[in-house]
Amino acid sequence: MEQPKEKLKLGVYWAASCGGCDISMLEIGEKILTVDSLADIVLWPCIADFKYKDVKAYPDKYIDVMFFNGAIRNSEAEEIAHLLREKSKILIAYGSCSYGGGIPALANFYSKQEIFDRAYHESQSTVNPDRIEPKTKHTENGYELYLPEFWETVRKLSDIVDVDYFIPGCPPAENTTWSAIEAIVSGQLPPVGSIIGAGNKSVCDECPRERKETKIKRFKRPHEYVAPDPEQCLLEQGIICLGPATRSGCEARCINSGMPCRGCYGPCADVYDQGAKMISAIGSVLESEDGEEIQRVIDEIMDPAGLFYRFSMSHSYLLRRRLVGAKEEMK
Amino acid sequence: MADITTAEKSPAKLTKEVVRFEPRIIGFLCWWCSYAASDMAGTSRLKYPPNVSIIRVMCSSRVDPAFVMRAFAEGADGVLIAGCHLGECHYVSGNYKTAARISLLKKTLAQFGFEDDRIRLEWISAGEIRKFSKVITDMTEKVRNLGPLNWRENFEPK
Repeated sequence: MEQPKEKLKLGVYWAASCGGCDISMLEIGEKILTVDSLADIVLWPCIADFKYKDVKAYPDKYIDVMFFNGAIRNSEAEEIAHLLREKSKILIAYGSCSYGGGIPALANFYSKQEIFDRAYHESQSTVNPDRIEPKTKHTENGYELYLPEFWETVRKLSDIVDVDYFIPGCPPAENTTWSAIEAIVSGQLPPVGSIIGAGNKSVCDECPRERKETKIKRFKRPHEYVAPDPEQCLLEQGIICLGPATRSGCEARCINSGMPCRGCYGPCADVYDQGAKMISAIGSVLESEDGEEIQRVIDEIMDPAGLFYRFSMSHSYLLRRRLVGAKEEMK
Repeated sequence: MADITTAEKSPAKLTKEVVRFEPRIIGFLCWWCSYAASDMAGTSRLKYPPNVSIIRVMCSSRVDPAFVMRAFAEGADGVLIAGCHLGECHYVSGNYKTAARISLLKKTLAQFGFEDDRIRLEWISAGEIRKFSKVITDMTEKVRNLGPLNWRENFEPK
């Protein structure tokens, strides 16, 4: 790669994140030295001590490339998302959380109060007799202390600001991260709003196993995940694999390790709701012509919502469990 | 809703009438069986409530679960999917896929907080006009009793 005259200004930020995306940026191995020769870091909370006030002082569009990982769970994440959009030329949603809500967005199956009840009162190791809960403002010894406000619903980055590119994955695979970095550095980027570093087909396209179009006799639970046939499609053998409903680009590394795809690269091209497509795919693969058998096999799938929306709750039509007007407790 | 005339606008009459909730139900009907039944129900002058907005699909298996979710997200209170009886699908095996999909969809939507009666799957053949009108009438009343879904209200507190 040619050395540009000036080093690119690079930023990485984490919102509601596990930190895995920050670490995954090192999976490119020694190629990080190339990145270091081409870019200067101007914000990266995981590894460097830049403050928000430093970022606010940057001129607009100062940051050349901003990798934003993590979902938008509270007012701080939302505020910083707006700030970084102002200060960045290219804003990239890196990883499943900023692309589709990710694991944090599974909190959308609960209300804010249910989450607070569990975290601050009900959990078995919590001792909180005064029923203290975090507040957004507190005065102590004459000082005013603030905490961000916890939103009811977890959102993805593109719900808050315009995002230039999306890199999917939990975390993005090494080849995805590197091909995205290459595209950015070489300037050969697709139209704004595109997914980069990933493919345009489903994981099935990269999967080494073959479809034999047999009937699914029953669905298996995770402790039964050893597939009897080492060559046949996992889904056909009753092991729920989200490959048919998931974007390609990861080289099917989970399936190559004997585990079914979890769907972390999000929906396929031109699909908005990944979970809905997976429900549809299961209907297609069942191969039964007996109404009762169909019902019996479907009944074996525990927690379809959590399975099929594991990474994409914020990138769906319904977005969350019902809050208003629901009469029964969620099962 | 009928407007009250100028002559009747006395203070006593200006209190708002209690309006009965009219559910909005989207119905996906397969062309060969259930849509044909709806057509014949019409020409036979059968009476049934107007609450179901019909969308014709060639086969009930065309109904992507996303259609159902989108209908609810955009204001529907109920969704009906109707196809040919099992074994009679015009495309041979489409409705077996529908059966699996809608069954799994209902299970998923229960986790999202939907009552079971809001999504209904029926097999209605082209001649079953009375069954068609009975399903529409029955579903309208069931969804009326459940009340409006108002999915957008879930996002009012941020």
